[in-house]
Amino acid sequence: MQQAPAAPSATAHPLWNAPLASRARSGEVARELERIGAKVRAGRRITPEEALYLHERADMLTLGLLADHVRRAKHPEPHVTYIVDRNLNPTNVCITDCGFCAFYRRPKADGAYVLPREEIVSRMQELADLGGRQVLMQGGHHPYLKSDWWCELFTDLRARFPQINLHALSAPELDHLSKLDKRPVEDVLRDLIAAGLGSVPGAGAEILVERVRTIIAPKKTSTERWLEVHRRVHEAGLRSSATMMFGHVETTAECIEHLTRLRDLQDETGGFTAFACWLMQPDGVPEEHLYPERKTPSVYLRMQALARIYLDNFDNIQTSYVTAGLKMAQVTLSYGCNDFGGTMLEENVVSAAGCFNLAPIQKLEHVISRAGFTPLQRNSWYGVVDPRHPQLQRGPDSGAESRPRAFAKAVKA
Amino acid sequence: MSVATATAREERLLGLARAHGLGMIAEKVLARERLSHDDGIALYRSPHLHAVGALANHVRERLHGDLAYFNVNQHVNYTNLCNKLCRFCAFQRLPGQAGAYQMTPEQVADKIRAQLGEPVTEVHMVAGVWPKIPYSYYLDILRAVKSVRPEIHIKAFTMVELDQIAKTAKKPLEAVLEELKAAGLGSVPGGGAEIFSERVRRATYHLKISGDEWLAIARKVHRSGLRSNCTMLHGHIETPEERVDHLDRLRRLQDETGGFQTYIPLSFHPENSEMADVPGPTAVDELREIALGRLLLDNIPHIKAYWILMDIPIAQLALSYGADDVDGTVVEEHIYHDAGATTPEVVKRAELVQWIRDAGRIPVERDTLYNVVWSADPELAPVGRPAPVAI
Repeated sequence: MQQAPAAPSATAHPLWNAPLASRARSGEVARELERIGAKVRAGRRITPEEALYLHERADMLTLGLLADHVRRAKHPEPHVTYIVDRNLNPTNVCITDCGFCAFYRRPKADGAYVLPREEIVSRMQELADLGGRQVLMQGGHHPYLKSDWWCELFTDLRARFPQINLHALSAPELDHLSKLDKRPVEDVLRDLIAAGLGSVPGAGAEILVERVRTIIAPKKTSTERWLEVHRRVHEAGLRSSATMMFGHVETTAECIEHLTRLRDLQDETGGFTAFACWLMQPDGVPEEHLYPERKTPSVYLRMQALARIYLDNFDNIQTSYVTAGLKMAQVTLSYGCNDFGGTMLEENVVSAAGCFNLAPIQKLEHVISRAGFTPLQRNSWYGVVDPRHPQLQRGPDSGAESRPRAFAKAVKA
Repeated sequence: MSVATATAREERLLGLARAHGLGMIAEKVLARERLSHDDGIALYRSPHLHAVGALANHVRERLHGDLAYFNVNQHVNYTNLCNKLCRFCAFQRLPGQAGAYQMTPEQVADKIRAQLGEPVTEVHMVAGVWPKIPYSYYLDILRAVKSVRPEIHIKAFTMVELDQIAKTAKKPLEAVLEELKAAGLGSVPGGGAEIFSERVRRATYHLKISGDEWLAIARKVHRSGLRSNCTMLHGHIETPEERVDHLDRLRRLQDETGGFQTYIPLSFHPENSEMADVPGPTAVDELREIALGRLLLDNIPHIKAYWILMDIPIAQLALSYGADDVDGTVVEEHIYHDAGATTPEVVKRAELVQWIRDAGRIPVERDTLYNVVWSADPELAPVGRPAPVAI
């Protein structure tokens, strides 16, 4: 007989990241899960306490079935959308020093770069040649690149590539530009939108709880400010997406607090198009020693499903195949996700952290089809614009057709 | 469990199944009745992953509760010389081809010696089929393993290899099995079954033994007192009908001998093989294969989600779709890695335990014959006792 490691206590499970099915099958737990499940199936909103209960008590299939119910109620047709896009990171120079980021370089450090315009244009041309509809453009918080640099870039790109939407500048970058410019973010946004900014990505949210942010990203935009910037984006008439990076120092209750903040802002503005979440990728990041072991995939799947159940005012939930892999992404389509995100023809930020799960379009469509869904291409506003399926074309054709509720209010005011 | 709760759960399961056209099948599953060929086809055709999965999970939890098994094992692929020329294989070599090898018994012993510091309980030893290898070699490599690590369990030689070994020995298989047992053979793995369909065999592996021969050898293995596993290679050119037929033939032999411990669906990996144009199964296909195995093979105790093939996320999830085993730590896997598998070739015991926990199951380390070696819940699965199965 082998020397066995000490068995963990059968009652307290410090390492248990998922509840046992057998404990969800009887007694008070079964009744409470049944009550919350009935609420979800009736299309009613659940409370943060109920979300926490689901996470702590519901087994995988129970969570999956509820998430799938919500997903099919919102999207009765068996469609899964994605957008042909690429990542373009104009600079990796950053002064925010997040310990979980393997992408950034300090100013003047080895490997620090600002892409020359010709390089940006040539990458955009490749995207245009492939029929791309969006470029996801984000980068480091460069100490000298103010909003006028971005405005000039956007004006140039819009003139050259009018068919490609500029999905650019996450909330922390907009906040950074506001500080560099020494003027309110509303003013920065007004100029960027005039120059061609079309929608705003949801990055930099990490966990929207100050206790967590002070540990993992002390120099980054605060929770309140991240939400404030998105509020201003929505009031300015643009849609944005929302994200969550988890699996590090946060608790489950803090994840749910994060989701609550997003849900509340969405009630207020109606400006979020979609939500995506992913597990932190700790390999090779600057402060690797601060982070726990990489969480296993089931932990991600449970949160992905819970987000679909909880974010009842979000139309779309995006899977995260770049971090979770194509196989897991396919499964998430039965756990609440209705969108595959972008084709990410380049992904510096994540691949630098040891993630090479980039899938060509055909492979992506194959897994969507095998899961029982029709893959459809979309635009940045989640309008279906698939040349193969003109009869399925629907939804907004442009940002102008997709103004958030908060925009009308702001205009009136 | 209270009757009321059990009924409510079963009602929900029935409701889900009925909503997706599987109501009659669900009634049979709840009544513990055997599923028919047509039931199998309907389950393969159903597009609703959750409905199929929930039925399989119901059976899985009835048999094993929340327990999920793994072992600490190592692989030795003693040669890649092979004359079967199966079109789906990227491992085989002919003599003189680049990368062709055959380990000496001493080299096999070295592989075992290299892991002496690890708590390995099983060596899984399978390889190519090469008629020029003398009979004594097979006895020698078994003895070499035992000489280094006498207490280790040797699970070796698929039915395909056993067929060749008996031919080389020019003796009846029954006699050969007795000699292999005496040299240290403890049980037989489940590989080489592929798909029993003659149509598929002719198209992709016509030099290999037929389904009937595979089953006949498995019968003799079981009669000799050895347990074995069984497999099905899926996701190439086989049809759902051929898969159901394959599973049915395994089920019938199991009724007769009771010798199969575990069924393992093997996902076809197309890279580097002659069939590289076939896309291979996707994650939902793999989960469905696990579920179908659990639902159709009502007389085989364990269903294994072989993580080396499925990858970790899907093996974790498979524990909610009918699987109760994830195989082991696997040191040095070659057959599937030559075919493009990108999973790690080895995983630490602690990692396996954590995956199982994160999948909402209770990790239990077993030996090859499903005796409990270590248990996260010694009350449910006491150490030193056979794994509890409510079959």
